[in-house]
Amino acid sequence: MPQHAYSATAMDTTPSLPEVEHQQAHFPEGLTLECGQALECFALAYRTYGALNAARSNAILICHALTGDQYVAEPQPVTGKPGWWDTLVGPGLTIDTNRFFVICSNVLGGCMGSTGPRSTRPDGSIWGTDFPPITMRDMVRAQEMLVRRLGIERLFAVVGGSMGGMQVLEWAASFPQKVFAAVPIATAAYHSAQNIAFNEVSRQAIFADPDFAGGRYWAQGKIPARGLAVARMMAHITYLSEEALTRKFGRKTRAVGTDAEAASFFGEVFEVESYLRHQGSSFVRRFDANSYLTVTRAMDWFDLAAEHDGNLSAAFAGTKTRFCLVSFTSDWLFPTAQSRSIARALNRAAANVSFVEIDTDRGHDAFLLDEPDFHRTLAGFLSGCAEHAGIS
Amino acid sequence: MRVDLRLIASLIEPGSRVLDIGSGDGTLIEHLFRTRGCDARGLEIDMAEVTHSVAHGLPVMQGDADNDLTQYPDGAFDYVVLTRTLQAVERPREVLKQMLRIGTRALVSFPNFGHWQVRWQLMRTGRMPVTATWSRAWYETPNIHPCTILDFRELCAQEGYAVEQWLAIDEAGRKSPWRRSLTLANMFGEQALFLMRRA
Repeated sequence: MPQHAYSATAMDTTPSLPEVEHQQAHFPEGLTLECGQALECFALAYRTYGALNAARSNAILICHALTGDQYVAEPQPVTGKPGWWDTLVGPGLTIDTNRFFVICSNVLGGCMGSTGPRSTRPDGSIWGTDFPPITMRDMVRAQEMLVRRLGIERLFAVVGGSMGGMQVLEWAASFPQKVFAAVPIATAAYHSAQNIAFNEVSRQAIFADPDFAGGRYWAQGKIPARGLAVARMMAHITYLSEEALTRKFGRKTRAVGTDAEAASFFGEVFEVESYLRHQGSSFVRRFDANSYLTVTRAMDWFDLAAEHDGNLSAAFAGTKTRFCLVSFTSDWLFPTAQSRSIARALNRAAANVSFVEIDTDRGHDAFLLDEPDFHRTLAGFLSGCAEHAGIS
Repeated sequence: MRVDLRLIASLIEPGSRVLDIGSGDGTLIEHLFRTRGCDARGLEIDMAEVTHSVAHGLPVMQGDADNDLTQYPDGAFDYVVLTRTLQAVERPREVLKQMLRIGTRALVSFPNFGHWQVRWQLMRTGRMPVTATWSRAWYETPNIHPCTILDFRELCAQEGYAVEQWLAIDEAGRKSPWRRSLTLANMFGEQALFLMRRA
């Protein structure tokens, strides 16, 4: 039977998540999570770039976003695509690896080599949906153990966008003496109702896929590719802006399928549709559904002020960390107002804070793209801080 | 560096914590950090200037005098600086109050509407004066709260601020010789610079 152009298979949902060896650090001492459960032992997959100086003072930790990973500045081994920040991190670039020692680890609960729902438990079974709920603070505490393992007492800087920015804020609040400079980009001190709502739609799309099998898809050798792809498509819209979509796709269409199909109502697709389908299908090859559920939930629960009786500035009381907040004009997922309220909370704590809003039409994704003003700002902030920290 | 900024910098003790409101391209805070070892920060309304400053390694945040000063805690700074901006804010009295709440001292410079040229133009032509200092037409000037040196002095007295120093300065920001008499300064000073303290 010929496939309708608009049917499920119009999306490429090849279920494959190639196995790759990731560089890992193992922590047999384990970690007691915020939920009260203890991970008896865990691993973090990580990458480093550049060299640690003799004083061990030039380390920059980069925190990745929801679907990012540790492959910041080199090809991603699963997809073969360039590192997600390889225009920003590297020799002679904004985060100059000739000068700084850059560390990036896959978050706890992730699926690129760190312990998460796809990992095996000590008893040899797969965690799956039994994997305990993880919080931003758990992720950061695990990273802190990695940083110590690498022999670093204090990070020169912690940098991250979106969910990575949440980790930066958590770092600055939990380990203020270990963070000389903090750069939370396109982020918020709590996940807004709107963002929780988007995450919930993503999760429901995954749950609705029969192949999800109550989270035990791995036991049947399947992945909920349809659900995960829809989740990604929906989320991807929130990373862009109307202006950017109009500029890129407008109302352009293209014909698909056979002549017979072309005569049907869905014989042509809008280019924005085919773009989203591509985003969805390429995503399912590299991301584990249970991991997506775990990490989106960690974002939803993030509320830094709540840990301090609703007073965000109390989270930063007495901080000596130098902050640089960056937001983007067309970002409606983490709008400027959220960054401004963090900046104001930092002012109330008399912290040293810079705050810049970058003018761009590229939405939330702008932090991943080549935005010259953003890169100039970050480079200037880091080199100003390096001068204060006495790093040559 | 602008002459008036150099003059202001000379009034700030080395090693102080300073907030420069309307920090522009960051010249003053950079000068204070490099030559006087100050922890100097900026607040600037124009995002292009903020980006320029941060990209030069200076701690500046986007914001304005009317809305953002309330966010800082009491006594966060040794000096809070406001140059040539007081006449353009919405609530000058409130801004001064906030400056002396968050800072021990306030350094304020403003153009003097009592200058003889202003008075003479208004009297002679019956039209709003336009001078080198007051250079914009009435319908497009951002200067919505002009005052004279005597007006400002009176506000300080009314609010109980101790004036530690005052200077009349010319358009370029150089000191002018009207140190002894406020009345003469008010006639011949194009701008004024006040260093105040919480009484």
